[in-house]
Amino acid sequence: MQNHFPLWKNSLVLIVFTIALVYALPNLYGEDPSVQVSSTKSEKMGQEKATQIESAIKTAGVAVKAFEFKGGRVLARLSNTDDQLKVADLLRDNVGGDYTVALNLAPTTPGWLQAIGADAMYLGLDLRGGVHFLLEVDMDAAVKQAEERYNDDIRLALRNEKIRYQSVAKDSGYIKVKLKAAEDKPQFLALLGKDFRALDVTEPLQAQDEVWLKVSVREEKEIKKFAVAQNMTTLRNRVNELGVAEPVIQQQGENRIMVQLPGVQDTTRAKEILGTTATLEYRLVDVEHDVQKAVEGHPPVGSRLYYEKNGQPILLNRQIIVTGDQIVDASSGMDQDGRAAVFISLNGVGAAKMGKLTQANIGKPMAVVFIEYKVDTRIINGEKVRHKEKVEKVISVATIQGVFSKRFQTTGLDSPQEARNLSLLLRAGALAAPVDIVEERTVGPSLGQDNIDKGFLSFIVGFVLVVLFMAVYYKLFGMIANFALAFNVVIVVAILSMLQATLTLPGIAGIILTVGMSVDANVLIFERVKEEIRNGNSPQTSIFIGYEKAFATILDSHVTNLVVAIVLFAFGTGSVKGFAVTLIIGILSSMFTAITGTRMVINWIYGDRRVEKLSI
Amino acid sequence: MKLTNINFIGNRNIALIFSSLLSIISIASLAVNGLQMGIDFTGGTLIEVGYQKAADLSVLRSTLDEAGFSDATVQNFGTAKDVLIRMKLQEGVSSADLSTKVLDAINKNTVTPASLRRVEFVGPQVGDDLTEDGFLALLYSTIGILIYVAWRFEWKFSLGAVIATFHDVIVTLGVFSVLGMEFDLTVLAAVLALIGYSLNDTIVVYDRIRESFLTLRNKTTEEMMNYSVNITLSRTIMTSLTVILVLVSLFFLGGEVIHGFSVVLLFGVFFGTYSSIFIASPVALMLGVSPADLMPPVKEGEHIDHLP
Repeated sequence: MQNHFPLWKNSLVLIVFTIALVYALPNLYGEDPSVQVSSTKSEKMGQEKATQIESAIKTAGVAVKAFEFKGGRVLARLSNTDDQLKVADLLRDNVGGDYTVALNLAPTTPGWLQAIGADAMYLGLDLRGGVHFLLEVDMDAAVKQAEERYNDDIRLALRNEKIRYQSVAKDSGYIKVKLKAAEDKPQFLALLGKDFRALDVTEPLQAQDEVWLKVSVREEKEIKKFAVAQNMTTLRNRVNELGVAEPVIQQQGENRIMVQLPGVQDTTRAKEILGTTATLEYRLVDVEHDVQKAVEGHPPVGSRLYYEKNGQPILLNRQIIVTGDQIVDASSGMDQDGRAAVFISLNGVGAAKMGKLTQANIGKPMAVVFIEYKVDTRIINGEKVRHKEKVEKVISVATIQGVFSKRFQTTGLDSPQEARNLSLLLRAGALAAPVDIVEERTVGPSLGQDNIDKGFLSFIVGFVLVVLFMAVYYKLFGMIANFALAFNVVIVVAILSMLQATLTLPGIAGIILTVGMSVDANVLIFERVKEEIRNGNSPQTSIFIGYEKAFATILDSHVTNLVVAIVLFAFGTGSVKGFAVTLIIGILSSMFTAITGTRMVINWIYGDRRVEKLSI
Repeated sequence: MKLTNINFIGNRNIALIFSSLLSIISIASLAVNGLQMGIDFTGGTLIEVGYQKAADLSVLRSTLDEAGFSDATVQNFGTAKDVLIRMKLQEGVSSADLSTKVLDAINKNTVTPASLRRVEFVGPQVGDDLTEDGFLALLYSTIGILIYVAWRFEWKFSLGAVIATFHDVIVTLGVFSVLGMEFDLTVLAAVLALIGYSLNDTIVVYDRIRESFLTLRNKTTEEMMNYSVNITLSRTIMTSLTVILVLVSLFFLGGEVIHGFSVVLLFGVFFGTYSSIFIASPVALMLGVSPADLMPPVKEGEHIDHLP
């Protein structure tokens, strides 16, 4: 009984085969172009809204294949991409600001497959089209901003505690505090110990009335970590606002964030929305001092010089009334006079501040400052220079007519488009630190489909060539190897689907390469079997020894291949990683199919009987 | 295939001289021509656009020239309808929105606007990182293989395998440099896959040599090696052929994006097969490998008792 598999081994192969077939199955079904609507608020969409959306599409006369309402989002499946765009435009005008409309490709996998968690492979951007961005967070700016905040906070604390000081200023990496009198120092140090523990304190020997402060190393680390985390949240919000189905936002390394937006074609708008750090500030106008003096370089203590859009200088109070973080909602539209406006809602703290201030200052002018960080990398004399600009402009100055607090509007923006973008940015929150786009890869939808078609065609042709070659050269044994080869491809596809690993064009190339290489194991075995026959062994013994002796070789050669594939996986990025993944899965599963799979079939055919000659 | 008996090892000097020559030519070409590094490594912008009909490249060039993109290189990509525009990182120009400006410029004066097929922008920092990662990947895979082969076999084999693999990589890169094809991330992935393949081939031969060392008697090391190379010859060629079949399919049907990848592997598989027959074993032999290296260790003093 040399060539006989125990029942458990036969069952194992068959069970693996069946499972692989089932999980590979979803890839045979296509995808429906569809439109997806979901709520941007924390509460989910209700049945009522869903019905309203459904009827809106029906009245427009577009044929809907299926309409699904599940988990707080609506999915309308349509028969073609023209209908998809039509419905999306229609809904964008209809659903209102609390909902986002996104284009999506919904798989048509039947329910019973979805129920067992079987999905089609996840296609990478090079196959489905879309944008990939790598954003770098400007850590230095984050730390600098924090220093500035501390600078202001300390001045405020000194005033509140009634400690007299001469100056608080940033100088050579320190926040240098000069007190009026050295005897106030213990009181100040106590204050620092209570409220400013994140600062390292230095007491310079040469100046008894001074205390130098520095953001501690630990705090700096925290600031950086927070900046990346905060930026990721903001980016996620912004991407949701853009209306992208299945976006990917991941941290990469210490200070980079990867954003992938499948299906997005308008990269200009995407870049604008992701990269800008626009926010608003409300300040009172300083009417007491002379603007001209400030322009000449002598600004009054409590004020700062700004410029209006038309270039006119204006003095504003240093004290900020309300900043962008206190804005909880914003929407865009037109005011009574038809000018582009942003309607703003403040949170409790902001509303209270605004209310108190407007009450005390009726009849006085207030200014809205639009702040934007623009960052880009330029090459100057071969050196990479990060160029950063903080653009501050006063977009409107208006007299406070009455008391307002929670809700109000701001005008003075250039266009409805600018108003729309600003309201989106205010809603999504500000970036904690400026970001810089350091990598961009966009793939148009036509190229994506092209890549799929070409990849599939070259796979089929390559596969058929190998199958023919094996069948001609190794006859029946070759056909058995071919069966194992097909089995191997099914397993690779099934595992890729189960892991939801990203399939890229190099990934497809990896599968094709696996087809060529995985027959190697069978070639090794079959050559060995032939050799044993030449050595005068009986067919049964030759099969047995052939498999036995080839095994060690197969193991050795596959492990070396695996080592390289794993290194490739560890260092590869994007599409190259996809190649490594398919290679790794292919190498592992081919060990199983080419050794155990073929052996099972050969045992069925030749095992347990007298054999004169092998068809090899 | 009949069992062959070709004196591969005995004629090793011919192969070694041939390979040395190939390597020298390759290194010379790499030194003089270098590799046409893609924007993945150098940083820069690449834009692929598609036209309805064959694109007029000279018009496109002058349009870009007028728009101030004089350093852009324009060429067809795959078909006459597809055009690839490449730009270096520019001095004093913000890089992030370069692609938008270029697309605006070329679509301004044309009746049938080009459709955007692909944009790749790689900033200088990312380019440096990718280069470093690529280099490290090569280094670590080499070290990993050295360790594995040394553990499974013996250091002389390990060194022989690595020399043979390096030979394949250098000669393939040399061909790439002579052809002037662009070296991008996908091509680098192919080079790594080639390392895996070439090694796989060498290991199979080594495995057989080890077996011969243990089973064959009354033969010189050279004869044992020659026997092993000959007996695995049909397998070596068969496997190479199946891989070449799929690569040919990939080369002709896989599209332009994957071209460099299939070219590297086509040449790589060819040289990998050659080196596992002609280089790997002779090098191990010249390093002084002998059956004694692979014998199971014998406890000291024990065998003396068994002497007759």
